[in-house]
Amino acid sequence: MEVLIATSVGVMTACGVYLVLRASTFPVVVGLTLLSYAVNVFLFSMGRLKVGAPAVIDASADGYADPLPQALVLTAIVIAFAMTAFVIVLALKARDELGNDHVDGEGGKLPDYEEAEA
Amino acid sequence: MTHWVILPVLLPLIGGLLQLLARGFGLPAQRVLGLFLAGGLVASGIKILTLAQTGDTLVYNLGNWPAPFGIVLALDRLAAMMVLLTSVLALGALGYSNVMRIDEKGSHFHVLFQLQLFGLNGAFLTGDVFNLFVFFEVLLLASYGLLLHGSGAGRTRAGLHYVVINLIGSTLFLFAVGALYGAVGTLNIADMAQKVAAAPAARSGLIAAAGLLLLVVFALKAAMFPLYLWLPQAYANTSAPVAAFFAIMTKVGVYAIIRVHGTVFGELAGDLAWVHMPWVLAGGLVTLVLAALGVMAARGLREQVAYLVLASVATLLVAVGLNRPEALAAGLYYLLHSTLLAGAFFLLADLIRRSRGAASDRFDRVARMQGGRWLGIGYFFAAVALAGLPPMSGFIGKIMILDAALAHPWRWIVLACTLTASLLILVALVRSGSFLFFRPQEMASEENVPLGESPKKPALWIIGSMLLTAPILVLSAGELMKFTDVSATQLQNVPKYIEAVLENPLTGEER
Repeated sequence: MEVLIATSVGVMTACGVYLVLRASTFPVVVGLTLLSYAVNVFLFSMGRLKVGAPAVIDASADGYADPLPQALVLTAIVIAFAMTAFVIVLALKARDELGNDHVDGEGGKLPDYEEAEA
Repeated sequence: MTHWVILPVLLPLIGGLLQLLARGFGLPAQRVLGLFLAGGLVASGIKILTLAQTGDTLVYNLGNWPAPFGIVLALDRLAAMMVLLTSVLALGALGYSNVMRIDEKGSHFHVLFQLQLFGLNGAFLTGDVFNLFVFFEVLLLASYGLLLHGSGAGRTRAGLHYVVINLIGSTLFLFAVGALYGAVGTLNIADMAQKVAAAPAARSGLIAAAGLLLLVVFALKAAMFPLYLWLPQAYANTSAPVAAFFAIMTKVGVYAIIRVHGTVFGELAGDLAWVHMPWVLAGGLVTLVLAALGVMAARGLREQVAYLVLASVATLLVAVGLNRPEALAAGLYYLLHSTLLAGAFFLLADLIRRSRGAASDRFDRVARMQGGRWLGIGYFFAAVALAGLPPMSGFIGKIMILDAALAHPWRWIVLACTLTASLLILVALVRSGSFLFFRPQEMASEENVPLGESPKKPALWIIGSMLLTAPILVLSAGELMKFTDVSATQLQNVPKYIEAVLENPLTGEER
């Protein structure tokens, strides 16, 4: 089980890093999502992997699963979910204002120093 | 147990909700409420500073759960100082945005501003690594909204970069915290320091890797080389009060390094003691040189000020990386100076940009300006302070950092980098000042170039009072240095911090 979990975290992270390094916004968003999946599984496994052990106190249990990483993962999922929603809206706004979906706008050409409305 | 500790966290949270309700009464009501809330935050900052002055670390058990099982807030001198500094800066930025009506350019400015304060104060006060992550997310999400407040293609582009790199930073934060938890089994900073000290040698590699991964995250927030590329464009393109307020955001990264790494990888940690320090020092030095080159190469005044923020945070990183109490104390003094002055400089750059009309703040177009005299005086004042020339506060801070550096084995590199960077910054500021203020006089008689708006009096007063902190910091340098000295000593005394957090009595059972 450990090998399977570790491999899946590694593969997801590698794919996430590759996608984040792409030049258009949609793959970047997907890459961020994959990275957050990877980190969620990673956090979960940091309480050690156990099968069939209760997380809350049970008089008949002979061992427990660590409940803390489960709480951490829950928090991390909620935050990552909100952030993904935000970055999608921002990517759409950037597509609208810059005219294309390149992360730097204007087909990767570096912009001149320009006036922002204040 | 005193309840004052949690007030700076609760006040902006409730304030943000009140601002949401006040929206129905229009922007004037929100402006007045915002100023009241910021004023209240300054008052509560002063109150907790007096509490912290006793020298004990005050610990607040949230929900009355004892550490390390519950989350704690820990208040010491440094945390109180940061809370007070943030609230003073927030008051200035909010005053400026009220005068210039920046909040009309988009919705929810005041709500986001309060939530940003909530995240910042929480990050300063928390004693738990995962709670620190949550407060980082709060302050980041509010900062995304504030950074994009208003409009403009440049702002959206820089905002997208800022958001994406910070989301990657958050992921790394979780990887680092997860690995630390897996290695030592706790999230409380004090307990973690104890567990790391007692960890078997076989595990120290894993702990060091996790700790340095955490350092990468904080270095990203602090804009340390090579993770600073997001900062100049993001700060140069956002609205002035937001940029001024963000002068504290990079300092959060430095604060987190001092708090988390200074405690967990402090002198107790055996083989792992100060494992992060060479990285911080080297990163700070490289950032300093590159920031000075950026100041030289900036194409507009706001971009130049953004690079000045980078240079100031790099100087702070050098002060932390020297790893001596005197250097840390000098760095804390420099932190006060650079945050307030850089904030004022961003506001001043905005007034200069407005008064130059269509030429904006660019260095490639000469333009006459309205009200150039007061703006020029302000620029001179801010430039002297930020370049670190005597008699302003930047000079005192820098000279004390360099004095502490003399005992460090890298002293020649530190001296060379810091002094070269100061020289480059000075040259660049002199050049841009003479370009902005002297050149237009030569073309004063030329045909009708449209002028910009003349600076508003209240805005000048706000900037003036923020700039006045420089002479005040000089005059009170003796007292402040005593304070930062004891703060640095308190930070070095990790066993006392651990004892305060882990043996804090619960409410109802006094020790």
